[in-house]
Amino acid sequence: MAIIEVWYRLIGALPFGWTHYVFMKNALLAVLLVTPLFAILGTMVVNNRMAFFTDVLGHSALTGIAIGVLLGFHDPTLPMICLAVVLAIAINLLKNATRASVDTVLGVIMAFIVALGIVILSRQGGFVKYTSYLIGDILAVTPQQIAWFFVIAVVVLGYWYVAGNAMILTSVNSSLARSRRINTFLIETSFTILLALVVIVSIRLAGILIINSLLILPAAASRNLTRNSHTYTAWAVIISILSGITGLIVSYYWGTASGATIVLFASGCYGVSALLGRYVMK
Amino acid sequence: MRNTCEHCCTKVEGLTVRLGDNAILDNVNLHVDCGEVVGVVGPNGAGKTTLLRTILGEIRYQGKIVFRIAGSASRKPKIGYVPQKLQFDLSSPISVTDLVVSAISRYPVWAGVSKDLSERVKDVLSLFSAEHLLKRRLGELSGGELQRVLLAIAMTPVPKLLLLDEPASGVDIKGLSLFYQIVDDLRKKNDIAVILVTHDLAGVSSYVDRLILLNRSVIAQGEPKEVLSNEKLVKAFGPALWNVSCLPNLTSKENNKNGDY
Repeated sequence: MAIIEVWYRLIGALPFGWTHYVFMKNALLAVLLVTPLFAILGTMVVNNRMAFFTDVLGHSALTGIAIGVLLGFHDPTLPMICLAVVLAIAINLLKNATRASVDTVLGVIMAFIVALGIVILSRQGGFVKYTSYLIGDILAVTPQQIAWFFVIAVVVLGYWYVAGNAMILTSVNSSLARSRRINTFLIETSFTILLALVVIVSIRLAGILIINSLLILPAAASRNLTRNSHTYTAWAVIISILSGITGLIVSYYWGTASGATIVLFASGCYGVSALLGRYVMK
Repeated sequence: MRNTCEHCCTKVEGLTVRLGDNAILDNVNLHVDCGEVVGVVGPNGAGKTTLLRTILGEIRYQGKIVFRIAGSASRKPKIGYVPQKLQFDLSSPISVTDLVVSAISRYPVWAGVSKDLSERVKDVLSLFSAEHLLKRRLGELSGGELQRVLLAIAMTPVPKLLLLDEPASGVDIKGLSLFYQIVDDLRKKNDIAVILVTHDLAGVSSYVDRLILLNRSVIAQGEPKEVLSNEKLVKAFGPALWNVSCLPNLTSKENNKNGDY
């Protein structure tokens, strides 16, 4: 943990009130790792119109916790991840097999899964214990968790480097992708599993209610300003990191929930980009 | 009707594709020689696109598909494919360069495109009068422009067999004759076999060597003149085949519902 000590000293040297607190230093490091990750994943989520899908994944965390409680897990992370991954694969299979509107199928699954989670967790009026999962708490992040985020960031970047082109081609036309010998099923499935993992592991930071906004907003804002994949990815990352840092620090002074404050700034970026886009994209 | 398959051809024998109890393709027999352009025409729902996707290897089938091609003994050769429509969101920030690079290179396009690679993309597109489109978003292309970009991708590297799905839809007459001209040049230069699925019976007949009329199975095949003068054909499919004008635009919003989550 020598590296984290260096980080603490570095941030502690800054002349602001919030830099005295270890929890703020941890939170800032977590934000710097997680926001670019979400921005990168979000670019493909938005391109493939999967915003509702990732929302369902986020909400499945509630049921994951509930299953963990029923099975007597002390830490619900494992059941949460298992449920989300199974759900991601199932939805992907269903999407290829059914002609029903995917929108409707996702709506049904989300309704069922959220209701099931709430019913189990609310037995004997115990739901209040779990409300922290709804809005998240970035300030409670531990150095161990940060180490995990670092590992996940490396995995996602590696995946993006190897599979990035195949994902673009698959999103444009899957038959075209297959004619270039791309295994489109493998690409789609591995991407959804990766999404499930990242969303669930980060759920304690941002919370079930708003985690999806962190995926969607930076990419959506960047789309307003860009016309190719490179600038699209770059601006999504920049917008995500900026609103992450600003949101975290402002939440300290306002005494508000950090996750939601970050999302508020990201929404602001979206609004500005929508206005700017009218001039830039002409 | 020729049914021999000499040193270099793609041959389909007794091909049947079922969806549930429905036979979408029923005992289809056809072959395409290298250097030959074969037009496949037929009414909506005749199984034309299914035929292409089956040859591509995407759909389970009964029967035989044989590739007899010099240098790649019976193994599946490289197939170039130009899809009828794209399923992407029109507002996606995907440029023509992005699409070409993602198809021909392993270097991830989101990380930026090097000068060398950018030159290569330009070279690929210039063969199809499309180099000026480099920086355009896919959603900003006309039907004809998109078709040429997709053809450029299908031809890099040069395939043994080229499959074209409805190149006429959403393309104006000028763009279409340019497209057919390019395909004709390609086949002469590269000795590749071309299967061209189309509604555009009138336009295509002067560019293809043979026409195949498909309606779940092969109804007629031969030189365009023969097939077009076939009374059986004109009676049964005339009105449906000539109905070109009401085709949807290649990238219209109605076509973008596939692939949604």
